[in-house]
Amino acid sequence: MAPVAPRSGDAIFANVERVNAELFTLTYGAIVRQLLTDLEEVEEVNKQLDQMGYNIGIRLIDEFLAKSNVARCVDFKDTAEVIAKVGFKMFLGVTASVSNWDADGTCCSIVLEDNPLVDFVELPDTCQGLYYCNVLSGVIRGALEMVSMKTEVTWVRDMLRGDDAFELQVKLLKQVPEEYPYKDDE
Amino acid sequence: MATTACFIIVSRNDIPIYEAEVGSAAKREDAAQLHQFILHAALDIVQDIAWTTSAMFLKAIDRFNDLVVSVYVTAVFCRYISYNLIFSLTTSLHTRLMLLHDSRNDDGIKSFFQEVHELYIKVLLNPLYLPGSRIASSHFDTKVRALARKYL
Repeated sequence: MAPVAPRSGDAIFANVERVNAELFTLTYGAIVRQLLTDLEEVEEVNKQLDQMGYNIGIRLIDEFLAKSNVARCVDFKDTAEVIAKVGFKMFLGVTASVSNWDADGTCCSIVLEDNPLVDFVELPDTCQGLYYCNVLSGVIRGALEMVSMKTEVTWVRDMLRGDDAFELQVKLLKQVPEEYPYKDDE
Repeated sequence: MATTACFIIVSRNDIPIYEAEVGSAAKREDAAQLHQFILHAALDIVQDIAWTTSAMFLKAIDRFNDLVVSVYVTAVFCRYISYNLIFSLTTSLHTRLMLLHDSRNDDGIKSFFQEVHELYIKVLLNPLYLPGSRIASSHFDTKVRALARKYL
């Protein structure tokens, strides 16, 4: 089978509008800071970040499909590759890699060596349970849900907790068949 | 390396936010308090001098026996609301990096201050750090001690 074009987001990344990296990083930091102040509980902040990511994801997927010209993915493996190579490049300017596939191809890891969200950040003792980049998992979950894939996205490794990379585990729960939205008698 | 060196960072509210004994001398029990006392006593002098010069590095502004106090004053840390500015002008607008030392290596001390200043800026940029609160980061502590070994 012919590979699906394009395989990298470089060309799209070069053409989209960009903002200053520090502005972006500090804006995200300010959001997390404010959530920590408002919600007080680290667990609640994780949930809220995930929800915010979800809300971003369900919108972002439209922009992604409009600008990236990716062809339809044939299977979940294909989807993961497109997220890692095109999606991350297009919106964050970094490339991720996909690894750790399980036997039936429904669960994999997206590994980020470089993450612009966490520049300058160091977790203080008071926020030990915080998944600082939880917004990313929400974005992936939301975006995939809009293309009829129910997924569960969890953090496996986190540099802020002393690991050597960021690793997101993406697990395909089920593929929702597309439904024709109208009934015959309506 | 200097035999005695005590380094502190004082926030603009005159609260010490970081302290480290970085000298190689054997620790005397009362040394920490003595050093703290000398450095805190020098704060008034820093404030007087800081307004008369635009230089950031103020060397040997105070001495106590053979110990010398040098200070690096960071640029104005602005508050954005104007009525706040009026009040804070009466105290101090600067974060001060203060070093108590017995060596005469001015260039080394200056470089030490400049590099610590950069580290301090990185700490300030951390969204999870509240400006003016204590610097608890172990990463920062390690780096400062490494710089002290290198320059002092």
